Amino acid sequence: MSLAGKRILIAKPGLDGHDVGAKVIALALRDAGAEVIYTGLRKSPDYIARVAVEEDVDAVGLSILSGSHVELVRETARCLEEAKAGNIKLFVGGTIPHEDNPALTAAGAAGIFNSSQRIDDVIAELARVLDAG
Amino acid sequence: MNAPENLGNEPSQDNFKTPSGIEVPEVVTPAMMDPARVGEPGKFPFTRGIFDNGYRGRLWTFRQYSGFGSAEETNERYKFLIAQGQTGLSVALDLPTQCGYDPTDSMAAAEVGKVGVSLATLADAEILFDGLDLSKLSTSFTINGTAAIIYAMYLAAADKRGIPRAKLTGTIQNDILKEYVARGTWIFPVRPSMRLIADSILYSNEQTPRFNPISIAGAHVRDAGCTAVEEIAYTLANAFAYVDALVARGADPNAFAKRLSFFFYVHMDFFEEICKFRAARRYWARQLKERYGVTDEKALMFRFGVVCGGSSLTAQQPFNNIVRVGIENMAAVLGGAQSIFTAAYDEAFQIPTETSAEIALRTQQIVAYESGIARTVDPLGGSYYVEWLTDRMEEEMEKVIREIDEYGGTVQAIEDGYLQSRIAHRALERKLDTDKGDRVVVGENYFRHAEGATDFGEVFRMDPDVSRKVIERFQRVKETRDQAAVARTLAALRAAAVKDDENLMPYIVDCCHAYASVGEIVDTLKQEWGEFQEPVRL
Repeated sequence: MSLAGKRILIAKPGLDGHDVGAKVIALALRDAGAEVIYTGLRKSPDYIARVAVEEDVDAVGLSILSGSHVELVRETARCLEEAKAGNIKLFVGGTIPHEDNPALTAAGAAGIFNSSQRIDDVIAELARVLDAG
Repeated sequence: MNAPENLGNEPSQDNFKTPSGIEVPEVVTPAMMDPARVGEPGKFPFTRGIFDNGYRGRLWTFRQYSGFGSAEETNERYKFLIAQGQTGLSVALDLPTQCGYDPTDSMAAAEVGKVGVSLATLADAEILFDGLDLSKLSTSFTINGTAAIIYAMYLAAADKRGIPRAKLTGTIQNDILKEYVARGTWIFPVRPSMRLIADSILYSNEQTPRFNPISIAGAHVRDAGCTAVEEIAYTLANAFAYVDALVARGADPNAFAKRLSFFFYVHMDFFEEICKFRAARRYWARQLKERYGVTDEKALMFRFGVVCGGSSLTAQQPFNNIVRVGIENMAAVLGGAQSIFTAAYDEAFQIPTETSAEIALRTQQIVAYESGIARTVDPLGGSYYVEWLTDRMEEEMEKVIREIDEYGGTVQAIEDGYLQSRIAHRALERKLDTDKGDRVVVGENYFRHAEGATDFGEVFRMDPDVSRKVIERFQRVKETRDQAAVARTLAALRAAAVKDDENLMPYIVDCCHAYASVGEIVDTLKQEWGEFQEPVRL
């Protein structure tokens, strides 16, 4: 499965400093052919949306392990809308209880991932959603 | 939601390497070990432990990590845990407190009280420790970027209650180097941060001689994905950097090394984990002697606490985690840990419930009082395999430390993002090994069952009002405190921060006494020092 030609921003919103998941995904997506930009830690949703627009990405992946995923996804989706970049697909990964999935989807997440999923499956799912436009 | 593939019920049995990559022979013979390297318990090089009587003199400390929401709620949980037989407190702090933001800061929104308790001013600390005897309880704080401030706040809380500082026992993690590498709660650039750490260690040695002013931690790099060998190597490389910084300040390692302590994860490979600790103990003692000329035996002792759990736990079939933590608890004891935290089976995914927290503590009590494991000193000492693997682990650690030395030292490797990138690549490797099935995780990639597998039973629900309550108290404190005292103490701190040879701790303690907030103290120092610029390198 290839993500060739796709540009993806991997971002860490909020204060949570556990960045290994973000980096693992960034490396794996790059190995799968995507052009990956990683923001580094502690970025505001507003900053993430700005970088997403400037870098003209196809997707933003938020990595959140602090439990604040619903608020941060909602806020990032709002900032993307405001920047007229609602077409950029928003994904989220991290420590996310299943029962939060509906709230995340409602908040604007096009895909929800957790650390026990296989990397290949994550890539396939991303490719499917991005190709479906 | 696509689930991980079930790789079936027959993991292959042809891999005889430890997770650190050490090839293990089918049988280890007496000729493959050197009894002369082992030594005696309580004596240099401490392979068999730092005490000559093992756990007979004193069991390890049962130190369960907890903290959430407001100081009141956490105080209640502490009282519950103490009533259940817990012997030390371990304070989990929320991210705004850890990163130096007040609860009202826009950066703190959504995170107040989430992963730990909020300590914004001395008023919170007063409530947190209300009714707890700080002269008897040992209190450990997982705090790094703002460690000097939280330590100062603890001293101020004790001062106000008339508890002599000399009686205080406990630990602040205060290990900033690994924050840059793996945990991410850095604030200032590396070099002023190193100064703050030296300041707090020197101050603590003098003011709170029974307190551990640093706990140099490998736990987070381990959980981020590196091997047991790298966990120890990266941690000891950081430890040498702290020792160098203290020696540069004119401090005597024979004195300060007595109060350095360490903190690691215990994961599932039973013997590798046991031997990791035996090897680390010996390597540290040897290096302090050879690199720094330390002669005092007490200063050569490698004292450490551990966490059993972390990324070795799974969300699938979460009750399996109780068994994992039990095995890891045994490894920690056989490795000679001084304090142990057993994670609750739901720890990796949510704040533990009272039930899961109680099972975690009971696990320790079963190991301590039923298993008989602590009856004699280092019961595995002299086992051909254990001594052989201890030797191999020590050699491998030394190799990695040499690589870091050759790179230019750990501070350089961190500023360049070299270590961070190394760990990220290792983490990807580990993930792909799990995906392929080379690494067996029962219930996650093998032996799965289809539905209901992630049912945790009871779910912890945090009071949704918590952040409002925290913010309200913070605003009340800000309105009612003596503003002139706040301004005066912060100004004095700023003036002292400019001078490299001035110890900042007395100034920070004064700020805390005046109810200056963590955010205000951090901002004052940022004005002089700036912030760390993260090297983003994949």
